[in-house]
Amino acid sequence: MAFTAPKETYSGKVYNLTIGTGSGAANFGGENVLPFLSCEGECPNKPLIAYEIQDVPPSDWPENVQKPFSSVSGDPVTWAKFCQDTLKAKAIALRLIGTHPDRENRSPEDAAKTVKEVLAAINIPLIILGSNHAEKDAPVLIAAAEAAKDKNCILGKAQEANYKTIAAAAMANNHKLIAMSELDINLSKQLNILITQMGFDKERLITDPMCSALGYGLEYTYSVMERIRLAALTQNDLTMHPPLLADVGMYVWKIKETQAPESDVPLWGNAEERGIAWEASTATALLMAGAELLIMRHPKAAEAVEKVIEELV
Amino acid sequence: MALSGVEIFKLLPKTNCKKCGYPTCLAFAMKLAQRQASLDQCPDVSEEAKKKLGEASAPPIRSITLGSGGSAVKMGEETVLFRHDKKFVNPCALAVEIKDTLSEGEITKKVDEVLASEIDRVGQKLRVNAIALTNASGDKGKFEAAAKLIASKAPNVPVILSTTDPASAEATVKLFAGKNPIIYGANAGNAEAMANIAKAEKAILGVVANGLDELSTLTEKIKSLGVEDMVIDSGAKKAKEIIENNTMIRRAALKKSFKPLGYPVINFTQREDSLHEALIASVGIAKYASIVVVSSVERWKNLALFTLRQNIYTDPQVPMQVEQKIYNLGEPKAESPLMITTNFSLTYFIVSGEIENSKVPARLAVMDCEGLSVLTAWAAGKFTASKIATFIKESGIENEVKHRELIIPGYVAILSGAIEEKLEGWKVTVGPREANGLPAFLKAKTA
Repeated sequence: MAFTAPKETYSGKVYNLTIGTGSGAANFGGENVLPFLSCEGECPNKPLIAYEIQDVPPSDWPENVQKPFSSVSGDPVTWAKFCQDTLKAKAIALRLIGTHPDRENRSPEDAAKTVKEVLAAINIPLIILGSNHAEKDAPVLIAAAEAAKDKNCILGKAQEANYKTIAAAAMANNHKLIAMSELDINLSKQLNILITQMGFDKERLITDPMCSALGYGLEYTYSVMERIRLAALTQNDLTMHPPLLADVGMYVWKIKETQAPESDVPLWGNAEERGIAWEASTATALLMAGAELLIMRHPKAAEAVEKVIEELV
Repeated sequence: MALSGVEIFKLLPKTNCKKCGYPTCLAFAMKLAQRQASLDQCPDVSEEAKKKLGEASAPPIRSITLGSGGSAVKMGEETVLFRHDKKFVNPCALAVEIKDTLSEGEITKKVDEVLASEIDRVGQKLRVNAIALTNASGDKGKFEAAAKLIASKAPNVPVILSTTDPASAEATVKLFAGKNPIIYGANAGNAEAMANIAKAEKAILGVVANGLDELSTLTEKIKSLGVEDMVIDSGAKKAKEIIENNTMIRRAALKKSFKPLGYPVINFTQREDSLHEALIASVGIAKYASIVVVSSVERWKNLALFTLRQNIYTDPQVPMQVEQKIYNLGEPKAESPLMITTNFSLTYFIVSGEIENSKVPARLAVMDCEGLSVLTAWAAGKFTASKIATFIKESGIENEVKHRELIIPGYVAILSGAIEEKLEGWKVTVGPREANGLPAFLKAKTA
């Protein structure tokens, strides 16, 4: 029996986003097929990995992921330059975690200053993230968005509770915007609609359906991403066309498997390699589900995922 | 091609005798069409109908069992392309390659790693499932010696015998008689000889080709030689080929009922670098492989791959649950805090993780709410004051803690009064709504 490949064509297409400016600008999204099935259509861009840094030293990160940055992480500017120049990062994600009221409670002005300094030091695109405190993020991200005006950054994360102010700030200062909701395709869709109803261009949105670590709900993120992607491609649902973000590092490096020393759990093997593998395999699985933008922490994990991406295109 | 319920109905006896367990022949036909029933359930079906229906009612991806006894691995029988549609059926097996060029000591070491690989995770026992012995030496004697060693050291571990030489395959497969080994494999050059061996020795035949067209031709030829049990390899090595070919195979089998590719898929994902290899294996696990073969099985790598497999193959309609009991986090003392939550595995993982992050030793009472999260369980009447009171009383915790204070999730603050009423002598404290508030809450409490 002769074999005919059961290829499929889709009516929808993921938006192709450009972030950053000049020679350092980067693109992601743009495909009209399921992940990496370029035999059926176009995949113009590779998924983009952004290295996560933060505005305060990463004392809350497990030791094994603090270590690679120990000589640079005292200062966000040095840290960002290290990622760009030494690690050859294609993008940076600056998390303003120090603005959280339970942390250093840094002011919006301090946050804006950090953003300005980091932007002055790099030429690759910057993702600016709040501390995930819905109330505090509003003033912090407004200040940050102004400080980064016209640098074509990604601002995040807009959530149901605060999307109006954050979306307005992104719009006024020409940034892209991450819309995050919690593990539900309908909530993602609804938030994207609410934001576009404010006049925000849907082609400047990125959907974050909320990440989960391997073993800690990964299957939920995986399936929500697959469903969002299928809705975009097969039903040509425009509200589902924005590319997908997997904010991997933050979720991976707080679970037991990335922290417990081998002496506590001999069956789990070497702790450092385990942590790196955990971050890299979480990221790889989410690439299979449709993520185009990844935020990662450990250089070895990011490098390993880059290597897989090379094999996938 | 798959038949519709009505087409199947026409071939049934139409006696509505109920012997199949369904009220009418039509109901039975509908179940057959959905592949939820098997034709053997009808004792009166004609030979002609059997022949016609046999083909159509067979699962689109053949069910094959590798190995025997408790460590046997079931493969195939998949029914969907996306896990949110329906549970993926038989989890991908993880096999480790052992080359026959290794010394006896090295082979023994790898076999021991396989034997010691079992890990318990959320109540499931996970392990490296099989050994793939490869004839890297090209020498029959070496291959046989290595096979003998493996057969004696690990008699219960399923094996894949990888050689293209029929004589080597025949000599080694006999060592695993009755244990459903895979001979890998048959290719365009040796298909007939390999098929004859697989048939005579009742082994599964691994079929390898260069691309899907050649693969289809080859499996048809082998089937015509009388071999039914096959696992297939499209020759995909690069991650991109693995995704593309595995997807086309799954689609062809499910959507086109294309029988020549209706077999479990085996992917060889060996790489120089162990982490890179783990990620290529991850691609296989997510995208439709029934067996992935790796070159090394370090414990950190096993844990990641086992967990990914478990995640991908979880039933999307049945929440993962953890056992109802009181969990000790850190090393709690008699005065350490006691908290309660539900047994949805994610809830447990997140809450216990945040408690551990707080570094405050504590006890977490996890109550069976059929795997629902806190708010859902409360709304469904499974996380109620009287049920909580009964659970706490029967748990025996009153003998272990000095205090009588129970911390409940902030989302069910409304229950605090009712619990105090039903749980005599206890004080109820309302904790944070979200788990990420726990470290600050616990630190403040014990400061």
